Order: sequence, then structure tokens, then C-alpha cells
Amino acid sequence: MLAAARAGEHVLLIAPTGGGKTLAGFLPSLVDLAGGPRTTAGLHTLYVSPLKALATDIARNLTAPVAEMGLNIRIETRTGDTSSDARKKQRETPPDLLLTTPESFALLLSQPEAPSMFGGLHAVIVDEVHALAGTKRGDQLALCLARAAKWAPRARRVGLSATVAHRAALRAFIGCGDAARLIEVDEGAAPQITMMLPEERIAWAGRMGLASASAVMKRIRGAGMTIVFVNTRAQAELLFQELWRLNEDTLPIALHHGSLDLAQRKRVEAAMAAGALRAVVATSSLDLGIDWGGVDQVIQVGAPKGTARLLQRVGRANHRMDEPSVAVLVPANRFEVLECEAAISGVAAHELDGDAPGAGGLDVLAQHVLLMAASAAFLPDEMFAEVRRAAPYAGLARQDFDDVLRFVEDGGYALSQYERWRKLFRDAEGRVHVANARVARQARMNLGTIVEQPLLKVRLAGRGGAALGEVEEYFANGLRAGDTFMFAGRLLKFLRIHETTLECADGGTGTPAVPAYGGTRMSLTTNLAARVRAILHDPGRWGQLPDQVREWLQMQQERSELPGPDGLLVEIFPREGRWYLVAYGFEGRNAHQTLGMPLTRRMERFRYAPLGFVATEYVLGVWSAEEPQDIAGLFHHDLLGEDLDVWMADTSMLRRTFRNVAVISGLVDRHYPGAEKNRRQVTVNTDLIYNVLKKHQPDHVLLRATWRDARGGLTDLGRLGALLDRARGRVTVRRLDRVSPLAVPVLLDIGRESVRTEADEDSLLEETELLVREATGGPGGQGGTPHPPRLSAPRRAIAR
Amino acid sequence: MIAPFHFAGEALQLEPAGVLLWPAMRVMVVADLHLEKGSAAARKGQLVPPWDSRVTLERLGLLVRRYAPRTVVALGDSFHDDHGPARLLAADAASLRRMTDSVDFVWVRGNHDRAPPEGVGGRAVESWAAGPLSFRHQAVAGVAGELSGHFHPKARVATRAGQVVRPCFMTDARKIMLPAFGAYTGGLDVRAPAIAAHFPRGGRVFLLGQQRLFSFSLGQTSRPGASREACLRTSREACLRTTPLDPVVRSTHPREGA
Repeated sequence: MLAAARAGEHVLLIAPTGGGKTLAGFLPSLVDLAGGPRTTAGLHTLYVSPLKALATDIARNLTAPVAEMGLNIRIETRTGDTSSDARKKQRETPPDLLLTTPESFALLLSQPEAPSMFGGLHAVIVDEVHALAGTKRGDQLALCLARAAKWAPRARRVGLSATVAHRAALRAFIGCGDAARLIEVDEGAAPQITMMLPEERIAWAGRMGLASASAVMKRIRGAGMTIVFVNTRAQAELLFQELWRLNEDTLPIALHHGSLDLAQRKRVEAAMAAGALRAVVATSSLDLGIDWGGVDQVIQVGAPKGTARLLQRVGRANHRMDEPSVAVLVPANRFEVLECEAAISGVAAHELDGDAPGAGGLDVLAQHVLLMAASAAFLPDEMFAEVRRAAPYAGLARQDFDDVLRFVEDGGYALSQYERWRKLFRDAEGRVHVANARVARQARMNLGTIVEQPLLKVRLAGRGGAALGEVEEYFANGLRAGDTFMFAGRLLKFLRIHETTLECADGGTGTPAVPAYGGTRMSLTTNLAARVRAILHDPGRWGQLPDQVREWLQMQQERSELPGPDGLLVEIFPREGRWYLVAYGFEGRNAHQTLGMPLTRRMERFRYAPLGFVATEYVLGVWSAEEPQDIAGLFHHDLLGEDLDVWMADTSMLRRTFRNVAVISGLVDRHYPGAEKNRRQVTVNTDLIYNVLKKHQPDHVLLRATWRDARGGLTDLGRLGALLDRARGRVTVRRLDRVSPLAVPVLLDIGRESVRTEADEDSLLEETELLVREATGGPGGQGGTPHPPRLSAPRRAIAR
Repeated sequence: MIAPFHFAGEALQLEPAGVLLWPAMRVMVVADLHLEKGSAAARKGQLVPPWDSRVTLERLGLLVRRYAPRTVVALGDSFHDDHGPARLLAADAASLRRMTDSVDFVWVRGNHDRAPPEGVGGRAVESWAAGPLSFRHQAVAGVAGELSGHFHPKARVATRAGQVVRPCFMTDARKIMLPAFGAYTGGLDVRAPAIAAHFPRGGRVFLLGQQRLFSFSLGQTSRPGASREACLRTSREACLRTTPLDPVVRSTHPREGA
């Protein structure tokens, strides 16, 4: 590292967790600063971490030794929590070392003082690059790195990363238009990963794994300190409650997830660092970050989803290079048993997975362009060149850039009528300026690329009642006074919603509701899915599986057959007056969900009268009134044609994606001075905007950005294409007289949310209206409507 | 398909596009157009697409041509603010003008558009009445035979595949509340106290569909956010246990989520 620093090279350092890579990143800067008085004033080294907590913690860890050595180095943090006084001071006289987050970095760069503040910069250190590259936060950070390189062309960039599959992409990210040297540290001892099953039966479906709570509790009792990782915040709450129900020795067990109040999370982290806890139940909020050192084991409850993610979590245990990390996988259902087995073999084979980072979002670019204009006027040509240095935007087309710039300027509508309210203007030399101080202020207020559903703060009622965290407004609206809900590890009684705060009291009774949160669910990775398929197809490997699972697979073999490594197995069977079609795609929930719609449309054309579908990580299940016949025809690869585009444009998925794009790009503002109390008055519903824009300017840059995001994210079109390719000419059809053992889990999943269009909703409403009428024996009702609307002939139900 | 609706002794019709027809008097009623809401947002720095007025006027124009009313009553908040008429694009102003010239166009005053709209034709009134019916922007407690807008009613219905939310007519024997017609208008759930207070004995909602309306009693609608699946109420496992399953599955399903 020192040699690279002396040579002024950019470096990507890849090392397993616990390798002390953060310190290695800082070493050259500390050596330089210790060497004597500096020739340039201002910021010397900037450190960027995805987590506020990490920045704070590292600042603390650096400050002590620096002080002991008697070095005169000013080390400070700058995050969303930094007071305005401290911020002002940092702008006037920057510290030597500043530790911050991507968002605060962007905010600093948006200030008019940015050129002088960053002019003397020697180094930028980016921690946990692997967690940022390929996300919208990563896109924003890459753009900021390119911007910082403009003000400080000689500053070195250092990237710190865990072991990843896509090294080249991370090198380009850190290189930011220049070459970056790769330094890779050997992995330490291989982790010891085992699987633990519930004491009773292994479930057919379900993802919470609560049946294993007592086994998990036993493991906690047997170890010093345990992190219990789960996949969702709701799962964290439920498992935490269940563990405490079993916690007869009242061991100190804590809860940690992203919706808990910051102070609560900090308390938990501090208790962990002090060794005061025996276990903490956590979501991805603890995936990254500080080394706690004393963690003896990691327990993953629920599907591991991918080997790289599992390794990251496992690495949280025993941060010493020479000793193996100890981890236990706890599957919540039978398919997850296979997935855990596959993940263990994947880790043993040193196989890393995950998608390569894709092209940067145009919505992030729009936000960035406005923020940079708020800092200093620019020439479009120069800005385009600067943006293209950022790895996610290396392939950005000039047309896209120009469209983004025009969008920021005046909305970029074919029908331009917003001259009066432009956000940017161009001077005689063609330089682009921000229109006024208000536009600049609003842009800074709305900075950031993490879009959440509208949230309400959760607070205990009464003067000075503690803040517990946040829940989605959607959830809160469903509660009535007196209802019980489970949050922050407590059973709470709902009292009222006051402005943007949900007030509650301790001591709820009865069956609690558990807040669920939106947000993208991680899909099973391609590599892991391939491993699951390989296990299924090779009875020679079933010996290592638990009896119940082995019997399940054997039963499947007898009654139907097992999905092979290639091709596509499709089962068809009747049940309760319907026909079920189950396709074993193994391409993740998103791809299966996307497949569901065009497939049911085609079934309709083939007159099989489809009624609905459900997607899981492993299979797609469709039910219909008639027996599906031409299966090869159904899965023909031309399924992904224009039909799909037309359908997708009208789905809730596209609307949801558009909402994020609209918020990030600054089309609608999240924050508006003094508008928190009545935010609905200020913001136009993005669904309505989507409808109008789609109709009048379907090629608008924001709709293009939406499609790009949708193709990669929620729809996973790439994996769907792979599935159809694999199926080409190799569809195996099994017609059964009843449900097959392997198909039982997907039937249990029926009833969950499915993607649909307005026309589908009409059919659902019609069906429900009929049902209600039948059940109540006529329209009835107190509303005084003797003449209900005449019924049209009952149309098909869900699918069009 | 139009839903006939008997109200205060009159034969009215509810139209799935969200307008109300009174054939005997050749009256068409529409609520909350919120014209120029897009440019109102742009004024505040949110450059949302500017075609909302065009979309709204095109839809309204189509209905006026189809039903050829003699009178069109707009129940207030026809413009998002008092400066709205001045911000209309020339083409949109012209199409509105054509409409207001072709019928007796009545602008009922709303809380967004307090001043009478200028230069767009029609006549501005505080409220309007004909026969046994009264037309105003905001419902007045206890008044019967009243048609109003203001609240942008919408309703949710739980279906086999989750909730469906739609704008709706909210009705009982005394009052009809119309859904908002404007392209950028959101909605308020009919179960919200502000709306429910006007319908103390419940009522009937008519959800807008593409071809027809869907009718439910107020009691059959869901409370907002009541569930994103019933599963939200407890754990997924607990929910699964209540789902009718194969006997074989039910007997082997573990006791989870106690």
C-alpha cells in the first residue's frame, strides 16, 4: 500500500473481513501527515463508507492512537447527524481527515466552496466498495469521485473491498477513468458452516424459521456471542419475540434492524462492542461495518440467497485471520434445506456470485447534474467528459446526457411551457447555472438515492416518550386505537397518529400485527440456483440431506420426476376443479413473476382460461379452468416479444420503478420547506404522472430510465431469457393425477401479492362483487340503491 | 356501462368515467377537475409533465359529445388555483372555450378556485340547484338531495388477489359524493372520518372501472392498509395455517409461529 501510495497509484485492496484493510487504507495518509507540516491547507484525506456508524467508529479508532503518538492530526466525521455548527466550521477550516458517507460527500461537492475545500486533497478512501458498486448509491459515489478528481486531479483513490466475483468492475470504479492497481490479500482459514434443522418436522413452506427458535436458543446458550442474521425486518421482530419467549435465563439478547431508531441501534452496537450481549438478531443492517471481534458464531435463519452474501455474513464471526469463522445455517422450509446445502458447497468451492454492476441510472445523473450546478457553473461538454470518467457512466451516450440535462433544465417535455420555472439557465458562453438559490437549496434537501415508502416515526406517548423507529405509513393506517403490534422488540398498543408520528404505549395484548416493509427483495442468485438443481438431479448427493428431505425427493421421483440441470420440467395436475401448471424455472422470484403474465395471456389465447399465478424463488405456479395442452407452445421463446412490453408498461412494477426514478431525478420532491404536515398537497401522485407521461411522451428520458431499471431489477428479464433459452426444445411435461410433492410449497404460497394491470383488477372486482352479492342474497345495503348496475356476463378472472 | 341510480325521486345515472348524468334535465355533473395542477407544481419547483389539463379536457370533451348534455355542472376545484385559467396553454384554453360555448357550463366555486375562472366561458356560481337537487363543492352535514365533490373519494376492496383501490362514487339516500375527475387528482379513502361523517348510517360505493362500475356497501370495503394480505396481522406461518391445504400438508405442517 505504501509503495503504491508513493507512486501515486490508485489501488483496489481486496481482503477478507478482519484483515485490517481499513487501517491499511489510512496508513499512507497517516505516514504523510506525520511527516511534518503540510504545504497545502485544507482536506488531506477523505474516507467514504456506506454506513454512518462505520465512519463514526473508525474516527474513534483512529483518534486514540493518533493522540497517543502525539500527532497533530485533526480527524472529524461528517454525516447526516453532524450539527450545523460543526458543518460550518468544517467548511471554513477543513480537518485533515474527514470520514463521511456518499450522501454527505455529494452534499459537500454541491457547495460553492467545493473547489477550495477539495483542492488540496491527497487521497480518497472508499470502504466496502463491493456493497456500493452496482447500486444507485454507488452510481452517485462514482459521479462524486469523478467530480473530486476535477478539483484535485492528483489525489489518489483507494478502494477497500471484500472478496467479490467482479474485480474488473470494482477496479474501474476506483480507477474512475484511470488505471487502478489490484492488491489482493489471501483469505484466512476456511469458514466452518453447518446446517441445523428444527427439532420437529421441516416445514413445506414459510420463511420465518420460528420452528427452529428453541434450537437457535440452545446454540446461543452454548456460545459467548452470537449474531442471528435473518432476511427481513418482520422476520427479525418475530424471531426476537420467539427467542425471548424461550429465554428462561434472561440472557441479554438484542434486536438490530434498519427501521429502528438510530439511538436504539447505537445502544445495541455499543453493548456489542462492550461485550455486554450474548446475541443480537439482525438484518442486513449488520452485514457491513465495524469489527466486533468477540463474535463467536453467526446463525443465518432463512434462505442464504447467495454464496457471496453468506460469506459476508459468516465473516462477521471471529474476525481473526488464522481461525475459522463458525456459522450455522437454519433453513425455514424444505427448499431452503437444499439452498443451504448448495450454499455450503458453494462456499467450499470458493464460488462467488452476484450480478456484475450495470450501467448507471439516468435518474441519479439528473440529481447529480443539478447538485453540481448548485456548486459551480459548467459547460455541458466538460460535464459530459467528467461524467464519463465515472465507471457506471463510461458508456453513457451523448444523447442520454443531453436529455438528462434538458430534463433538469425545464422538464424536457416536447410541449415546453415551463420556461418561467426553469431550474437551470445558460449564459452567453453556454455555461449552465442553477436558476436561483431556492432551486439549489431544494436540490440539497432532496439529495440521496434511497427511496422509501412514506414513513411514520414510532414514539411512546407522553412527554419525552422514547423514539423507537419508523414504520411505513401504509401499515400504520391499518391500525385502530387499541390494536397491538410488534415493533422494536416490544408489544405495543396503538394509540393514534399525530401528524407524522405514530403514538403508542407499551403493553399491547392479543395477536399482534407485524410491520412489513417494501423494498426490493434479494433474489436467489443464478449460481446458487444451479447448485440447487445439481443436488436435485444427483441422488448420489442426497445422502447428506436430512431424512425428511430425502424422502420428499424420493417421493417426487416416484410420483413425477426431478427437475434436471438443463431443460424445463412442467407438471400439470387437477385439484379442486382447477388445473395447475407448475414450471420449475429456478431463476428467482422476479423472473418467475415476470414470466407469469405473458404466459397467462398466451394461455388465454389458447383457451385454457387461466385464473391466476404465483411465483417463488424456484417455480412458477399457474391455475386455470381448462387443462393446458400445448406446453411447448406456451413456453416458446417468442414469449418475450412486444406483448410483454405492452403488458409491462401497464403493471404495478413499472409504476413502482417510476416512482423511485421520479423521486431520485428530482421530478417530485421528498422534502419541501414546511411541507411535512401535508405532503399530499404538495406532491402529485407519481402513478398519475406516469399515466400522463406514458400517453403524451413515451420516449421521455425518465420513462427510458424506468425501463432500464425495470429490465434489470424487478423484472429480471435477463434471467427470464435464460430460462426460455434453456427450455427451447427441452420442455418435459408430466401430467399427474394430483399435486406432486415438490409442488406443494408453491400451492401454499398462493394468495400472496401478484403483479397485475388495471384490467386484471377490473376482473377481480367483478368476481368479488358477484361473490358478495351471492353471499348477501342481493345488493341490499343501506345506501338506497334499489337499482344496482346491470351485470355484464362474468368475464374471466384475474389474467387477461 | 351506466348504472341507473334513483335519488331524491329522480332517475340519475352514474357513469364509469366518474361523471353523473341526470337525463330528465340533460345535466352532466363532474367534480374536482383540478386543471393546471401540473403547472401549479412546476411553480413550486416540481417540473411534472404539463399535459394534465389536456388529458382531463379530452376525457371530459368526449363525455360531453357522447351524452350531449344541455348543462354541465363542475362541482368546484375546477382549477387547482386562481391563476390556473391564465396558465392554460392556448390549445387547451381553446378546447375548453369550445366546450363552454356549446353547453350551459356552470362553475361551482371550490376551495382551490375561490375566484370565478376568467376568460374560459361559462358562468360562476356559489352553488347550484335544480328540482329537488342541490349541487355544491363541499357536502354540508344533514342536507338531503345533495351532490358534492371536494373529498376525492376512493375505496378499497379486498379481492382474492389482494386489495384493489379505485376512485368511487360515495352514496346514501341523502347524498352523492362524486370522485375527482382531474388527471392529477389523488383520493381520500371513504372510511376516513372526513367522508364517513357525512354518511353516518353507512352507504354504498361505486368503484370506477374501465367499462362499468362495481358496487359495494360501505361495510364491504376495507379499511386503508387493513392488510397487505391478511398475513400481515400475524406471521406468514400463522397465516398459512389458516389456508385450506391438502390434508397431507396440514397434518405435517409444523407448529410454527406460536
